[in-house]
Amino acid sequence: MDFTVGILLVTFLLSLLALFVFIASMAKGLFGSGGAAAVQIFDEDELGTVEDPAATQAQRGSLQRAMDPGQQAEARTSADVAARRRADQSSSLVVGVCLTLSVVWLVLASFAGLISSIKLHSPDWWVGMEWLTFGRIRPVHLNLVAYGWCSMAGIGVALWLIPRLLKTELVGAKWALIGGGLWTLGVVAGTVAISTGHSDGLEWLEYPWQADILMIVGGALVGFPMWLTLLRRKVEHLYVSVWYIGAGLLWFPILFLIANWPGLHFGVQQATMNWWFGHNVLGLWFTPLALAASYYFIPKVLGKPIHSYNLSLLGFWSLAFFYSQVGGHHLIGGPVPSWLITISIVQSMMMVVPVFAVAINQHLTVLGNFRALLYSPTLRFIVLGAMMYTAASVQGSLQALRSVNTVTHFTHYTVAHAHLGLYGFYTMIMFGSIYFIMPRVMKWEWPYPWMISAHFWLVLVGFGVYFVGLSFGGWYQGLAMLDKDTPFMDTVKLTLPYLQARSIGGGLMTLGHLVFAAHFFMMGWKFGPRRLGAALLKPPALLPRIGKGARA
Amino acid sequence: MSPPGPPKSESRSAPHEGSHASSGAGRFEMDELRLVVGSMVILSGATALLVVLPYLLLRDEPPPPGLKPYTEQQLKGRQVYIANGCLYCHSQQPRDIAQAPDALRGWGRAPVAGDYAYDTPHLLGTMRTGPDLLNIGARQPSRDWHLGHLYQPRAYTPGSTMPPYPFLFDVRQGAAQAGETVVTLPPAWSRPGQVVVARPEALALVEYLISLDRTYPALAPLPVPKKAPS
Repeated sequence: MDFTVGILLVTFLLSLLALFVFIASMAKGLFGSGGAAAVQIFDEDELGTVEDPAATQAQRGSLQRAMDPGQQAEARTSADVAARRRADQSSSLVVGVCLTLSVVWLVLASFAGLISSIKLHSPDWWVGMEWLTFGRIRPVHLNLVAYGWCSMAGIGVALWLIPRLLKTELVGAKWALIGGGLWTLGVVAGTVAISTGHSDGLEWLEYPWQADILMIVGGALVGFPMWLTLLRRKVEHLYVSVWYIGAGLLWFPILFLIANWPGLHFGVQQATMNWWFGHNVLGLWFTPLALAASYYFIPKVLGKPIHSYNLSLLGFWSLAFFYSQVGGHHLIGGPVPSWLITISIVQSMMMVVPVFAVAINQHLTVLGNFRALLYSPTLRFIVLGAMMYTAASVQGSLQALRSVNTVTHFTHYTVAHAHLGLYGFYTMIMFGSIYFIMPRVMKWEWPYPWMISAHFWLVLVGFGVYFVGLSFGGWYQGLAMLDKDTPFMDTVKLTLPYLQARSIGGGLMTLGHLVFAAHFFMMGWKFGPRRLGAALLKPPALLPRIGKGARA
Repeated sequence: MSPPGPPKSESRSAPHEGSHASSGAGRFEMDELRLVVGSMVILSGATALLVVLPYLLLRDEPPPPGLKPYTEQQLKGRQVYIANGCLYCHSQQPRDIAQAPDALRGWGRAPVAGDYAYDTPHLLGTMRTGPDLLNIGARQPSRDWHLGHLYQPRAYTPGSTMPPYPFLFDVRQGAAQAGETVVTLPPAWSRPGQVVVARPEALALVEYLISLDRTYPALAPLPVPKKAPS
């Protein structure tokens, strides 16, 4: 008892102390306007100039007029153009490979998810094969999403952003390429292991250690080039996105290594470790990667710096501090020390600080320019993703409260919430980023803009059906389970229509992914009527200047 | 409201030669050292709290006197439980009666850390698409029921959404051989002339399920109150 009080007291005092140190270190100029670091991402003439390689010429003209009707762009200096060209060229091969692999994983993961979903309401469907049983195809889905699609896409986007943000070439691109290959082998090995019944049995940590080693070595080969590039930067200020990517690249390997260490963890301690990892892989790996992308692409597409540099500073450090301690809220009501759960609940609520810091910063940058969403495919996905980040985070904080968690724990509501985070937020931002990046990597435009629209609306409507259906179903399931007079079987039966709705939503999402993947590979084979050429490869005088009205 | 445009004169693109004056005196500026030190300190704190401290606290937690270690056969069954992902639908952690009516459903008392002394990897679970299983062995000790239920859950629980596990069984025409365990199905689900024989995996899994019984008192000297005061 004394020990518990002591721990709580020490934690409280440390948190308070950290907060004061933090505030003191930023006492000056807090919440000021962007400043030099915020405009780091723009070249000399780019402020006020919209950019979205995924948009058509007409869309770009409209986008520019929506942002600034009277814009007269100056010519860019040739030094800037050359630097950007070198940065993009240094990363294009490895980025292209990573993003291509991620799209393949996305499609496979979608089918695994759809099969799992159908099996939940039609249990006698496809039962003959071991590898397709629900208990295997579901973790296959989760791991393909997390380590296949999300990690690969995030790594690809980070590899592309880092040289751009540091105005230098990617160091050791070929090592990153080998790393991406090893990581992929790890995902393949892990998936085969789960399918054949060799799972480690811990959620988010199902891959056996043999597959983990491939991923750790592969991840290191991807991470070191990025950090080496960081150390050779040619810019004075580190842009916000660099903090998130740099920290995420340090955090993830440590989390993954400690969590997967064979023979180290036991019993209930393993459960606390499991959710320390399970939540940190979201908070300290996926979230930083997606926030890095949105902090770059929102201002870049709009041609307008991020609202406040210091707000992003607050957002970054408070995210790191609070997010890293929330894992215990997955064990509310479980056989773990209650001080641990209490700390996690408090820190879950404190997560509103970084969330609102990011929300204010990003939404205020977009505010007043919502018409830009009509024209920019990139922005449409990313702004939607940023909104879902706010929604998912606030929902997550509330869900950590004991009273709410008592209803939602052990139900499909949690699954819906997880998808709001990793799909509504993360995946949407990755879609937007890929739409921006691939024309630069391939030097080829997206061939069919209608396919981008079809992708957007399919996944938006599909996800809406998925999330609303499953959230209601899960909530009612939770309430029914708390009613002692409701037989357990009734809690199963009442979820069936919601689970069917989820399969329909999931089906639409899968269809959207197929459209996206088809479009992606059509671009890869250079289908389509129009050729963009590398805008940056043309001499500045011939550079198509958007903003002088629609190009006739 | 448009944000103030940044001064165009700043030397953003000139490498190495930018001046710190542009960033404002006394402003906290992020650099590599702050990034590495800050992110590592924070992660260490969280790890100490959520991983190391539970490790130190629970390392010497003795198993309750009523808890027996798993037999080899039960451990084999536990692997079958893991391999087929039972944990994605079944928790093994009834909640306290003060929080939820789990005990009234027959799922057992709220567990303590010692109840999991032999559980590595842990299988606490996060989902109750099906019922909690921490005390399934006490609730349903029949081997025949478990075998038949694994073969076709809906033969025993109408409306169940649990998948059947035909690959844990051999279905044959004719009689079973000596030493084989025949699954006795309800009449409506059995076919004349056909036998369903449990494979070793199914038998091991059932041994594990039946071993799940934490009905012994959690703490011997303390009386367990009927209604928790808080």
